[in-house]
Amino acid sequence: MIETFHFGRRAALLAGVAAIAFAYVVPASAQTPKDTVVMAKQIDDIISMDPGESFEFSGSEAVTNIYDRLIRFDLADVSKLYGSLAESWSVGADGKTYTIKLKPGIKFHSGNPVTSEDVVYSFTRAVTLNKSPGFILTQFGFNKDNVKDRIKAVDATTVTMTVEKPFAPTFFYYCLTSTVASILDSKLVKANEKDGDFGNAWLKTNSAGSGPYKLVSWKASESYTLQANDAWFRGKPANKRVVVRHVSEPASQRLLLEKGDVDFARNLTKDQLEAIRKNDAVQVMQGRKGSILYLGLNQKNANLKKPEVREALKWLTDYDALEANIVRGTYVQHQAFLPVGFLGALSDRPYKYDVAKAKALLAKAGLADGFSVTMDTRNNSPIIDIAQALQAQWGKAGVKLEIIPGDGRQTLTKYRARNHDIYIGAWGPDYQDPHTNAETFAINENNAEDAKSKTLAWRNAWDIPEMTKKTSALVLEKDAKKREAGYLEIQKEHQKTSPFVIMFQQVEVVAHRKGVEGFILGPSFDNNFYYNIAKK
Amino acid sequence: MTAMSFARSGVRVVFTVALTFLGLLLVTFLIGRVVPIDPVLAAVGDRAPAEVYERVRLELGLDKPLWEQFWIYLTKVLTGDFGSSVLTSNKVIDDIFRVFPATLELATVATLIGVSVGIPAGVIAAVNQGKWQDQVVRVLGLVGYSIPVFWLGLMGLLLFYAKLGLVAGPGRQGVAFEDLIEPITGVVLLDSAIQGEWEVFRDAFSHVILPAAVLGYFSLAYISRMTRSFMIEQLRQEYIVTARVKGLSERRVVWRHALGNVLVPLLTVIALSYANLLEGSVLTETVFAWPGLGQYITNSLLSADMNAVLGGTIMVGVIFIGINMLTDVLYRLVDPRAK
Repeated sequence: MIETFHFGRRAALLAGVAAIAFAYVVPASAQTPKDTVVMAKQIDDIISMDPGESFEFSGSEAVTNIYDRLIRFDLADVSKLYGSLAESWSVGADGKTYTIKLKPGIKFHSGNPVTSEDVVYSFTRAVTLNKSPGFILTQFGFNKDNVKDRIKAVDATTVTMTVEKPFAPTFFYYCLTSTVASILDSKLVKANEKDGDFGNAWLKTNSAGSGPYKLVSWKASESYTLQANDAWFRGKPANKRVVVRHVSEPASQRLLLEKGDVDFARNLTKDQLEAIRKNDAVQVMQGRKGSILYLGLNQKNANLKKPEVREALKWLTDYDALEANIVRGTYVQHQAFLPVGFLGALSDRPYKYDVAKAKALLAKAGLADGFSVTMDTRNNSPIIDIAQALQAQWGKAGVKLEIIPGDGRQTLTKYRARNHDIYIGAWGPDYQDPHTNAETFAINENNAEDAKSKTLAWRNAWDIPEMTKKTSALVLEKDAKKREAGYLEIQKEHQKTSPFVIMFQQVEVVAHRKGVEGFILGPSFDNNFYYNIAKK
Repeated sequence: MTAMSFARSGVRVVFTVALTFLGLLLVTFLIGRVVPIDPVLAAVGDRAPAEVYERVRLELGLDKPLWEQFWIYLTKVLTGDFGSSVLTSNKVIDDIFRVFPATLELATVATLIGVSVGIPAGVIAAVNQGKWQDQVVRVLGLVGYSIPVFWLGLMGLLLFYAKLGLVAGPGRQGVAFEDLIEPITGVVLLDSAIQGEWEVFRDAFSHVILPAAVLGYFSLAYISRMTRSFMIEQLRQEYIVTARVKGLSERRVVWRHALGNVLVPLLTVIALSYANLLEGSVLTETVFAWPGLGQYITNSLLSADMNAVLGGTIMVGVIFIGINMLTDVLYRLVDPRAK
């Protein structure tokens, strides 16, 4: 009797403690703060917040919300440029000297005014550091020795820039819209320079811009936090704070979004997107991105080198089925190297699934019974799923595809060394000018192993002296209309003959809470803007 | 004489530890170099032009022969310089001090859960050998062993976070609570308690409890099985019979006398499972967006970021050796014979 009484009292005590602990654990509130925007996103690709160094998708997006540039392009119509920090821009009669005039009265976050000195410093810095994105500027002939003669401040609001050759002006202007051409607060950066590093170490985790946000913190593979700049010259941002958290697992992103603990989930898969459509509290928005999904056929492989085989594989790919079953909502069909949204993009899609035609082509190539070939495949969705579907589709014509799965950097290492048969992957443009993709897909200056310029054409050992010449000439074409026509023509030929099976163009899909509106999705990651996001 | 032998054993310990670390580093280094991933890629990305690529390759010292690279690394480590991570561009040592507290926090709470449930469960199973209580504990243990942690974590989130709303979701802290406290130890539970920020503590606790329970379930399964078999062995001993004959209550016999003797071998079991958790658990960390050591080392390895991988390996080595030594000390405290 006494024993059970004791036991009962102890049990009651335990239950009480458990109940208290339980009540304690229950989270206080599932809502995110009203003036704070919270995103769940994969951001482990960021290596720096320095605009002179940042070149990754996630990094560019963060940087573009912190720094202004001289000019930007209209997101609805890329052919229209407008001045951001610049009031006017023009090129001299020689086609080499550009004059840029700044708008007056704009200030950096620090309160320092934006002057021509800052523009000169920012460009000198990017060119001298010459990190990964540095080539976007150095391709115009700037280097650390000549930059001080070629980029000069005329007065407090005027800068002149002299490029090497009379390039197409649109080419230069589009390059000025890229991340590496961001304008930095030279006084602040200089104060944080160490051993002549142009403040690179400091800028990795700090900011010195004039844009809609300043950087509060960046913790690698964990989160970054931005604080609104209420004095931004284009108007006060609609929110106070943006917190982007690294959540690598898409299923976890989905749970956080549906629960209301984040306002945006950025990396949901096709299945998850379909599932959340049932949830009334969540909406989906999308925008085309420049990234292209393609197969690269190595011309060192004797079978793949045959023109009939290259064409056959283009007919053997079931674009409709791949889109419907694997990538719907995240990619749309596209078969040319310039993505829609670029000057001169070709939207023709001549190829469709036609096994008979492919078989005939293979027979013509002396491979009536098909052949065996390998494909280096990154071990993640949707790449691996597409590879498996291709395996089945190509099998119909006797092409035996062996998939070699690997980690992303592993397959890339092999691709760069030209040790693959077929590589399946994505290519995103480096800047908004057509030359970026034209150069990599249609220029191969030297097909030797030790070539200096290793474009995608080189990686697939595609030796094309004629096309190289034609494509290179277009960067000097002054007439924008003629330039556009030139790219269209090259893409048509490329579509027929190239060892690239171009399949899709990326669509970025963002899931967000209903009532959290205003996220601007541009045609590239460095044109995704937060300043308009408001919560109702 | 005793001072001499003490010194001698001290030297031996230092020598063994040094040799262990050297071996550990050498093997990790070689594995890192055999992995078919280009480390320069992690540093400059796929788009960098040839001259940038080449410059960084030289900066990383990758043009030198393998043994020389290892030697350079080793001499730097001996002066306390672990180099910088290519991926995060921070000093490796800073990175590790940033990610390790997250893992420490998770592993400690998980082990507490595993011990506080696992030992009683094991004792109950042993006392009721073959009865339903034993079967329940057995099945629970088996389930804990065989369910993939990844799945268990997601299901846990779905049920306790999404459906019931009992705990907080993935992440270490709620957004509203981030950066509110000074990082002293880096362990949020501890820092918030020290500073008396109980709201922050509560938020952190509601974030850690689910991943810790998932991990704790695994150590629980192991600990309860081991406790059960140790206990069954003890309960057969003569001193137990003597104790019963003396008329001690059954509770005292089991929980004081038998369990007291089991604690020593159990300590090793607990220490090992704790050490395993401290290495970081990649899958749990991924599902729960927990920025810990496991994710850090895995990410680094997949980018061939060798400084970070080696730094992480040293950390894991320090944990294992440290916990082993700590267990030795605890042994002496718990077991009066081991003097």
